[in-house]
Amino acid sequence: MRRESPMPVSCWCSSMSGEAGGGYRSATISVLVDNEAGVLARVIGLFSGRGYNIDSLTVAPVEDGGQRSRINIVTSGTQMVIEQIKAQLDRLVPVHRIADLTQLGPHIAREMALIKIVAPAGDKRAEALRLADAFRARVVDATTESFVFEMTGSTDKLDAFVALMRPLGLAEVSRTGVAAMARGPRAI
Amino acid sequence: MSTHPTPPETPSASAPGAEILLRALKDQGVEVVFGYPGGAVLPIYDAIFRQNAIRHILVRHEQAAVHAAEGYARSTGRVGVVLVTSGPGATNAVTGLVDALMDSIPVVCLTGQVPTHLIGNDAFQEADTTGITRPATKHNYLVKRGEDLARVVHEAFYVARSGRPGPVVVDLPKDILIGAAPYTPPPTAPHRSYRPQTEPNADAIARAVALLKGAKRPVIYTGGGVINAGTEASEALRSFVRRTGFPCTSTLMGLGAYPASDPQFLGMLGMHGTYEANLAMHGCDVMLNVGARFDDRVTGKLAAFSPGSRKIHVDIDPSSINKNVPVDVAIVGDAGRTLLALLRAWDADAAEPDRAALAEWWRQIDAWRGKDALRYTQPQTKGAVIKPQYAIQRLYQLTREAGRETFISTEVGQHQMWAAQFFKFEQPNRWMTSGGLGTMGYGLPAAMGVQIAHPDALVIDIAGEASILMNIQEMATLAQYRLPVKVFILNNRYMGMVRQWQELLHGGRYSESYSAALPDFVKLAESFHATGLHARSVDELDGVIRAMLEAPGPVIADIAVDEKENCFPMIPSGAPHNEMILGPEHEADAAGIADAGLVLV
Repeated sequence: MRRESPMPVSCWCSSMSGEAGGGYRSATISVLVDNEAGVLARVIGLFSGRGYNIDSLTVAPVEDGGQRSRINIVTSGTQMVIEQIKAQLDRLVPVHRIADLTQLGPHIAREMALIKIVAPAGDKRAEALRLADAFRARVVDATTESFVFEMTGSTDKLDAFVALMRPLGLAEVSRTGVAAMARGPRAI
Repeated sequence: MSTHPTPPETPSASAPGAEILLRALKDQGVEVVFGYPGGAVLPIYDAIFRQNAIRHILVRHEQAAVHAAEGYARSTGRVGVVLVTSGPGATNAVTGLVDALMDSIPVVCLTGQVPTHLIGNDAFQEADTTGITRPATKHNYLVKRGEDLARVVHEAFYVARSGRPGPVVVDLPKDILIGAAPYTPPPTAPHRSYRPQTEPNADAIARAVALLKGAKRPVIYTGGGVINAGTEASEALRSFVRRTGFPCTSTLMGLGAYPASDPQFLGMLGMHGTYEANLAMHGCDVMLNVGARFDDRVTGKLAAFSPGSRKIHVDIDPSSINKNVPVDVAIVGDAGRTLLALLRAWDADAAEPDRAALAEWWRQIDAWRGKDALRYTQPQTKGAVIKPQYAIQRLYQLTREAGRETFISTEVGQHQMWAAQFFKFEQPNRWMTSGGLGTMGYGLPAAMGVQIAHPDALVIDIAGEASILMNIQEMATLAQYRLPVKVFILNNRYMGMVRQWQELLHGGRYSESYSAALPDFVKLAESFHATGLHARSVDELDGVIRAMLEAPGPVIADIAVDEKENCFPMIPSGAPHNEMILGPEHEADAAGIADAGLVLV
């Protein structure tokens, strides 16, 4: 579901000739839903059925008793498409509230990643550890020939760290997708 | 049934799930269920057998059950109810569900399911019904616990009829239907999450009225939302249009909300709409859209759609607004309440509309009207071939003479467009057609549902010879329940709309569009205990229509019409409103649009 590289703005706009829609943008949208069977399928089916992008998606129960779940979706499109996405999400029966965090103002968006490096003793192993320290990644597993780093941060930071690890023996990456909320006192 | 009858005042009284289900249906005011039995729903059929409050209509195919429920719902404004079994029962219903979804028709479809302990085991007649119908419905439910049953059924009715109406599936595993379940009455508290906005925003109303008061070339464009909002909405529309003096056009789904005979009505707009309606849409400076969705059949080429207008869009579904066409004023609300709010604000606003500009606009519209874009020529010589338009026009005139309350359904294709153009509707809820999905086979079962709801009315399915064969088995249902539905077939021996597109866009290569090996519709009618009639030439037409209208039971009237007649006017796919093909003399124009239009539908 992760797009490899964002489509250039110019390319998208030319393909939208004649349609009003404004520039292409990314949006982080949080959705509070009833934690019932099929609710995630409903949301995903809405995106695939209508041809919207999903760059990242996370879901977990967030209220006592597991009654409600929060879905965080990172998507992208023209302003018109993003407004459509929000309106379409909002009319799903189990959806309580939605918030376009990107539009509402400053927000925090974090991902967690587990990153495995396979590197026997040597320069690469030492370099991986040094970089991990600089990026505040924690070593959560180690053998004489491997490490697993745990790292939390913005998507960009994780992307940067993974790219640095690639020549140092990167073997495996597992990422959670984005959890996000608005800064300040505002709640969804 | 329990040997110890439970007192009805006890809300939590427990009974087998199937009985709780019927009790919930009764409390929702359900009088009729369209269905077909099967293994998984046998407990419900057993409960139906032992009561008289709810009538079950046995259809001959589950798709027809949904269309019948749609016809029932569309002609009464109530929720239509369907009952089908698991597996193939549910999958056969899917076309009807999508049809109801596209046209915003309130339907609750109860589907049987294998017992909960077998779900996921590929059991006999098991299908992932909630998975299959998720994109085919407004919402769906799988009832996994008896204690949820009554609540879910009540909620299904609420969801189906609230906001923008639509189909809702309730999947019922057999063990839930057999096991004991408590009863809970319909809730009085608001729904926890689904609460559509029905009252329009006052600021938006004020901005809309300011735009409308300043309009020099206004047009009011209405859709199925006005019908769905009830007869009060149609009344409000009539008041508003007359108060403003503005021209009014309608989508296919909205016909009847504004009376077709009224001079302020421009006829239907869109691909096969009138010249005056489409050019008014193209040339207007202020457009008021009430309960329509800027569908591609209506807008044509989006980039060239009504380029000079400020647009106001009233819709109960916020996702319909700014979906295809960006608008200047968005009003989320019920069509009827919004029209009343507009009317009040119009009267309260002291500004005078520009009467001189409006008079000039009407002169322009009358000039367009003068083109008489629906004209055709019917030779009246003995033995002359019947023009399909003439057949509909005579059907309309003779039904008016008959003076009975008349409901029309259609199948899908050329005959549907001719019916929309030539049958004039003065009242809402009289016109049943498959607009969004374009489902061939819709008309006969829909007419069946209408006739069940209106047993004394005249119900006519205007059909094509190809479409009618898609649900012809329902003739048996008509016979069983003595439903006097009239099937009026415009038989041109082609899938006419396919043939028309092949002529205009595919070089006249009529690939697979000829209706070969047709049945003898007269004998077919007779074999289903109905009356069969046929007209071969123009001199036979009136006699056949009269005989059809006078027959007490169901009739199939097979009307042989001109095989080559095309449906005009036509805006080819991908063309703007001001590039209409008006008639055969303009067909050559279509060639230039073919390349862009070929990829569209």
